[in-house]
Amino acid sequence: MASLTPLLVTSGLKRHFGGLKAVDGVDFTLYEGEIRAIIGPNGAGKTTFVSLLSGRTDVSGGTITFAGEDVTRLPAYKRVQRGIAYTFQITNIYPTKTVAENVRVAVQGRAHRHRGAPLDFEAETALALDAVGLSSRADAIAGELAYGHQRLLEIAMGLALEPKLLILDEPTQGLSDAEIEDFLVLVRHISSRATVLLIEHNMHVVMSLADRISVLSRGQLLAEGTPAEIRDNAAVQEAYLGA
Amino acid sequence: MTKSAYRNNLVLNAGVLLMLFVLQFVLPDYHVLMATRMMVLAVFALGFNALLGYIGLLSLGHAMFFAAGLYGAGLTVYHFGWSLPFAFGFAVLASAVVALVIGAVALRTIRVSFMIVTLMFAQVAYLMVIYFAEWTNGQEGLSLPMSARAVDLFGWTLDLSSAVTRYNLAFLLLALCLVLLFAYLASARGRVATAIRDNEGRTEMLGFNVFSGKLEMFVISGAMSGAAGAAYGLLFGYIGSTFASFQYSIEALLFTLLGGAGTLIGPLLGVLLMVAMIDKLSELTSAYLLVIGVVLIVVILWFPKGILGTVRERWAPWLL
Repeated sequence: MASLTPLLVTSGLKRHFGGLKAVDGVDFTLYEGEIRAIIGPNGAGKTTFVSLLSGRTDVSGGTITFAGEDVTRLPAYKRVQRGIAYTFQITNIYPTKTVAENVRVAVQGRAHRHRGAPLDFEAETALALDAVGLSSRADAIAGELAYGHQRLLEIAMGLALEPKLLILDEPTQGLSDAEIEDFLVLVRHISSRATVLLIEHNMHVVMSLADRISVLSRGQLLAEGTPAEIRDNAAVQEAYLGA
Repeated sequence: MTKSAYRNNLVLNAGVLLMLFVLQFVLPDYHVLMATRMMVLAVFALGFNALLGYIGLLSLGHAMFFAAGLYGAGLTVYHFGWSLPFAFGFAVLASAVVALVIGAVALRTIRVSFMIVTLMFAQVAYLMVIYFAEWTNGQEGLSLPMSARAVDLFGWTLDLSSAVTRYNLAFLLLALCLVLLFAYLASARGRVATAIRDNEGRTEMLGFNVFSGKLEMFVISGAMSGAAGAAYGLLFGYIGSTFASFQYSIEALLFTLLGGAGTLIGPLLGVLLMVAMIDKLSELTSAYLLVIGVVLIVVILWFPKGILGTVRERWAPWLL
């Protein structure tokens, strides 16, 4: 459960594309150890917001602080090295490499900030694959996996980085109901080791996983609260259903 | 790479090198000369392939690095009378520096823009060779003096007018480059390179500096192409602006595509087939460049992965 140490803080965060204010002055605080969901109607700026956090998109204004350090101007790869991992909305793996090779690259990415004894690549790879239940497919070519398994591989790569913050962008998109139930167990398991920030459309997933929910609408933070509070919030209902 | 894949590649490469070494005892004189040329050009293609095949960057200006090595070695020998090993080392270093500077600029662009930028830089290099004719003697080029046809190395004297000596030097250079590239690709850094090739965005989001990874490979590629240029100039005793021309950039591309981009032996195979074909054709017609063009089109349309790329796809997935 969440402690009250802020892990990530944004203040007045903005991203404008010409006249379009995709993210427009968001003050947001994420606490260590929590599972936070970001929801909002299509085009609310959710993906842009997490792209700003991960560094894939440059900010137009405002600041981002991660673990006490200003990371606003850091390139994406340096933020990853500091512990922000991002898994893609559209499955984004190395299709021609084997499943194990995919994860091994991620383990190697973590070696940058690893202190002490050298990382055992093979053992760490096996560990991450085991966590998502893909051990038996370690030698399969990643591009030939079923879609659900590719999503799991994506998450295994995120895990192999051993992030402080794992950002999951619509992780259950395209999964079957059974796969989603397995996924819920997996995320709860991950959250014992990392803070999780989740963009999700599936309300069942959001309501059963999130400690707190932030609602984005038209690039601004509309509401924030526990799942129960958000469910009863009139402004949220209006944003979703239209006035 | 798994252990068995590593072993297979090791055996294949060692086998090919062994075959090349033995070849000199079997081939008639004229073919020894041709094989020497092929091996030097294979080093050039190997350098080009390091960039195209293993990190996914298509340069249209690699003649620039070949020429940097050629002139780096040739001019210092011709004008300053440097000893050959020293001139060779200088030329390799010079081409690495050129690659570092050009790469730092060109790698800010991607895809087609990258091709155009490298092409433009190479044209500048070519025109510079012509412009500084006082030093380079322009299109006519320079023949290295007789004093530069022998090398004193640790008390040994290597006679560069001997075909056998030249063959073995070219062979050593090819073997060295092949071994270095193989070791690099089998290492953790090589894994990052191919990860960048396969999925750049993902690799950055796993915490790797994609730009510096590309620049590293660009410098390796430039230095290898430069080493080929330097060897070519010193072994055959002639440097000329043709080697800096666009046609040479295209030939490196053609060798690599024909043999199979992203395979270690592919460039060598491509050179072998292409040079042999040009040699036969130029006896028949002066329009052999037309044939090169047709081959390029055929390869791209029907064999986009090249010979060894197709072999890997069908039969040998372990092929590096």
